Amino acid sequence: MITKEEVEHVGWLARIEIDAQESDAYAEKLNSVLGYFGQLDEVDTEGVEPTYHVADIVNVFRKDEVTESMPQEDVLANTEHKQEGNFKTPKIM
Amino acid sequence: MVYENPDGIRIGLEVHVQLNKLKTKLFCGCSTEYHDSEPNTHVCPVCLGLPGSLPVLNEKAVEFAIKVGLALNCNIVEQTQFHRKNYYYPDLPKNFQTTQYDFPIAANGKIIIEGEDGEHIVGITRAHIEEDPARLQHMGTIDRSKGTLINYNRSGMTLIEIVSEPDMRSPKEARRYLEKLRSILDYLGVFDGDLEGAMKADANVSVFWGDRVEVKNISSFKGLERALVYEIMRQKNHIRRGGEIVMETRHFDEARGVTISMRTKEEEHDYRYFPEPDLVPLRVADWVPDVRKTLPELPDAKRERFMEQYGLGETHARALTTEIKVANFFEEVASKVDPKDAAVWVSDILKGELNYRELSINAFTVEDIVAVVGLVTGNKITEQSGVEIIRTVLDDGGKPQDIVEKKGLLKVEDDIVAKAVEEAVAENPEAVADYLGGKEKSLNFIVGKVMQKTKGRADAREAREKVLAKLNE
Ligand SMILES: [Zn+2]
Repeated sequence: MITKEEVEHVGWLARIEIDAQESDAYAEKLNSVLGYFGQLDEVDTEGVEPTYHVADIVNVFRKDEVTESMPQEDVLANTEHKQEGNFKTPKIM
Repeated sequence: MVYENPDGIRIGLEVHVQLNKLKTKLFCGCSTEYHDSEPNTHVCPVCLGLPGSLPVLNEKAVEFAIKVGLALNCNIVEQTQFHRKNYYYPDLPKNFQTTQYDFPIAANGKIIIEGEDGEHIVGITRAHIEEDPARLQHMGTIDRSKGTLINYNRSGMTLIEIVSEPDMRSPKEARRYLEKLRSILDYLGVFDGDLEGAMKADANVSVFWGDRVEVKNISSFKGLERALVYEIMRQKNHIRRGGEIVMETRHFDEARGVTISMRTKEEEHDYRYFPEPDLVPLRVADWVPDVRKTLPELPDAKRERFMEQYGLGETHARALTTEIKVANFFEEVASKVDPKDAAVWVSDILKGELNYRELSINAFTVEDIVAVVGLVTGNKITEQSGVEIIRTVLDDGGKPQDIVEKKGLLKVEDDIVAKAVEEAVAENPEAVADYLGGKEKSLNFIVGKVMQKTKGRADAREAREKVLAKLNE
C-alpha cells in the first residue's frame, strides 16, 4: 500500500509540488497500479530463466571513434536561460 | 611489529577515476578532449539526453574497465548490465545516471600498500563503470549565488568508481592507497592523472570502531590527508565531550580545511534503481584472457625487478617506480651509465629539483642527465656543479656541456692547483709556521688561499691533500 506520505516523498524526490487533494488521488491511482503488479506476482515462474532485457541480445558496442558534436548555438537553442555558452539555472542548494 | 590501531580508525575510500585516455565518451562519440574548449561544445543529443536519442556503449571503455579490474586483482563478473540511478539534479540532463548496480564489472580485489607496519593489504570491494555528470559553476557562494552555470562537456565521460573496504587505519595509509591506485592507473595508460577532475574521492571514516561518516568532495592527495586528519580529530573530540557519532554525510571545504555537515537528501532506496532499458546486457568474461595479456608490468613487479636487475635499494626502487614515466626514464639512463649513479641522480637529485619547480620528468631529457652524470663520474666537474647544471637547464635552458663552459665549471687542471698551492705556501710563511707549530686551524687558512687563487674551481678536499703534502715535504 502506498500512503499519502509516500506520494509526497516521491513528489519531493521528483521536485514536483503535490497538494493534499492530489496526493490522495495519486495514492489511489498508484495503489491500483501496484495491485496489478500484485497479480503478476502470483504467476508461477518456477524454472523460468530471468530476462534481463526485452531483446535477447548482449554486447552491443560502438568503436571508440569520435563523431561530430553539436554546435554550441544548437545546444542552447531551446533555452532562454544561458550565459557565456552555459545553461543557466536558478540558485541550486 | 603489529600495528594495533589504538584509536580504532577505519577508513574506506570510493574513488572516481575518469578514463580520459579514451577518445570518446561512454555512450556517444563526443570527443573527450574538452579541457580547453568552450562550454557545451562537446555534446550531442545522447549526452544531452534529448528525446529519441539512444546510448551505445564504447567498447574500449569496457576493455579499459576490465584492465583496471584485473590490475586491482579483481574477479570479472560473468554478466553485467547498466541501471538508471534516478535523481533530479541538473548535472545530468536525463535526470538519471547510467551506472552499474548489482553486478559491478569487477569485484573482490586488493591493493598492497606501504602501511603503518610494513606491507598492508587493502581490499577492493568493487569497481564499476558509470558516466560522469556535468560541471556546475555556482555564481558566487553556494548559498547566496545568483544562479548556476552548467557546462555539459564533461557529462557522459567514462568513470570507474573503485570502492575499497574500510581497511585503512590512518590518514597516511589512505593517502598511500590513493597514491598506489593512481600509480597503477597511470601504468595502465587508461587515464592522465594531471588533467582536472581525473580523480576524486569520497571517504568513509570511523573512530573507536564506531559508526561511519562519509566525507565527500576530496580532490587531491593533500586534501585527502587533511580532510581525514580533521574528521578524525572532530569525531574524537565529539566523543570525548560525551557526544555520539551518527551516520551522516559531510562535505570537505578544501579552502578552510574543515568538514561540514550536509543534510543527507536522498537515501539509497530513493534512487529507485532500475535496469537501463536502452542498453543490452554485457557478457564479456571471455575477453578476460586477452585483456590480461595486455597488462603491463605493474609498480610492485617493477620495483622488485629494479632491485634485482640494477641492485637498487628499496627506497630508490620505490621512488623510481611510482610513475611509469619516471621508471622508463630511469631505465634509459641506466642503460647508458652505471645504474646506481643513475638512481642517485634521477631519484635524489633530478626529481627533487623537478618537484621543487612542480615539473614532470618530461621537462628533462635522458641525454642531458647522462651528460651530467658522465661529467661528474669522469671527474671533470664536482657534484655540486652537476646540481648547478641541472638547475640551470631547468631554469634557463641550454645544454650541460655549454653550461660547463659558460660557467667555467670544469675542475682546474692539476698543475694549476699545484701552482696555487706553491704560491699559497710561499706567500704565507706565518701560517705555515703556525701549522708546523701545532696550530691545525692554520691549514684551513692556507687551503682557503688555494681556493681563492683557483676561483673555487679546485676540489676542496684535493686542495687540502696537496697543501698537506707540500707542508710535509
Ligand atoms: Zn555526446
